[in-house]
Amino acid sequence: MRAAVAAVVRKDLRQELRTLESIPAMALFALSTFVVFHFGLDRDALDGDLAAGVLWVTLLFATVLGMNRLFVAEREQGGFDAFLLAPVDRTAMLVAKALVLFAFLAAVELVAVPAYAILLLGPGAGQALPGLLAVLLLANAGLAVVGTLVGALAVQTRARDLIVPLIALPLSIPLLIAAVEATAPLLQAGGAEPLPGRWLTILGLYDVVFGLLAYAVFDFLLED
Amino acid sequence: MPALPLDDAGPYVAAAYLVFLALVLVYVAIMAGKLARLARDVEELSRIVERPEP
Amino acid sequence: MFGRGLKSLSLASAALVTGAFALVFFYAPLDADQGFIQKIFYLHVPLAIVALCGFVAGGIYGIRYLRTGDRAHDLRSYVAIHQSLIFGVGVLVTGSIWAKASWGHWWVWDEPTLVSFLIVFLLFACYQPLRFSIEDPERQARYAAVFAIVGGAFVPLNFTAVRMAEALTHPRTFDSTSNLPGPMALTFLVAMAGIAALFVTLCKYELAAKHATMRLKALKRRLSGEPAALPLTQRARSAAPQEV
Repeated sequence: MRAAVAAVVRKDLRQELRTLESIPAMALFALSTFVVFHFGLDRDALDGDLAAGVLWVTLLFATVLGMNRLFVAEREQGGFDAFLLAPVDRTAMLVAKALVLFAFLAAVELVAVPAYAILLLGPGAGQALPGLLAVLLLANAGLAVVGTLVGALAVQTRARDLIVPLIALPLSIPLLIAAVEATAPLLQAGGAEPLPGRWLTILGLYDVVFGLLAYAVFDFLLED
Repeated sequence: MPALPLDDAGPYVAAAYLVFLALVLVYVAIMAGKLARLARDVEELSRIVERPEP
Repeated sequence: MFGRGLKSLSLASAALVTGAFALVFFYAPLDADQGFIQKIFYLHVPLAIVALCGFVAGGIYGIRYLRTGDRAHDLRSYVAIHQSLIFGVGVLVTGSIWAKASWGHWWVWDEPTLVSFLIVFLLFACYQPLRFSIEDPERQARYAAVFAIVGGAFVPLNFTAVRMAEALTHPRTFDSTSNLPGPMALTFLVAMAGIAALFVTLCKYELAAKHATMRLKALKRRLSGEPAALPLTQRARSAAPQEV
């Protein structure tokens, strides 16, 4: 199965590098959203809860953009059929696509988080970085799993672009809560406070629960 | 101490229970419509069955 | 197939709900903190609990459908979720009325249970649009089952997360229901039983009606000489399962 996962991941990453469809769009969207927030909230700098909230809402919406496109190529170019014919475990598709979405998110955050620090955060934001990395890691895993599940669910429907945000947003709210609560102390104006462990645990739990759930039901989405 | 005096609170509680009643009755009305359509279809079917074979 | 025992169930529901309301207004004592407003709880909380159980039941029937392929389970899943959505509207409206009466606003974010319920409601509101947008009946049933399972599992996850988020800043106002004095507890239990019985009754109604409509359609098709099975390309007019 590892070979199958590697093959799909390699194919998707290579396609993305060649065509550059999703990642630049997601990154650009995140940057534009930061600007929109600046004008919408009429603030030059954010800190604490507000800073955490703006960052995570933006990342969430950028993920929704990525979800839409995750399975489109498979559907339109017969990737699903080819995969079903191959003698591999169907869960390989789930793992592969989740890894791809994780990679996309990581790439986007590589651009978006520094941009966010420059645009909307105060001067002391640098010390937040290690803690922020931990939160980003866990949250990305959760977003990747939910994104793969919802993407697969929606790709066969007619109103794909509408269904994805409608389903993904409520499902992501517990993750959003945990990520914001974990990040808020890090971005305090007076200097970063220590990372709250319980919210990291919640994030981890969310990842595990949704991972198991996705593993249990994903096969049924691939049947013909 | 109660949050609102009885006369002020009464309308709210009444409104809540009325909403419940309204929901149930609207549901009954919709089911009545479905039942009517069912009856109509049964009528049509029995006409099809009883007419002489063409 | 689904209508057995419907009449006695309806009568039992009517008796329980009427009895519950009578208890609420003539027997249960006035709450010391909230006064008359507290009477809304006897309606609002059972509606919420039953609706949530309905969503979870929808998920369980989804599992059964995926395991057995029996369309009857898919129909039950659909009806349970549909009914819970309707009850959910009742929950949100009564919750809003209670918020207005207690706090002066039509919505408060302080109540973790109400907020969690809103999130779950928004999620399951997508169930019918999802079904509508898939034309193939078998795939529609399968995807709906997956959605119902994910949604059903999501309910407890969501409630814990929201409760944890709110607990840090706002004390829970619903705590008063956990240690109810005797008469209040009795009233609450009867109300729970009544609303639960009502839910099951309405579900059975819906199931019986849908099933009869489906059989009738099949009969009509056979009598007018068309093939008995639904052609695959036919666009369903409703989001409900078309065949059992």
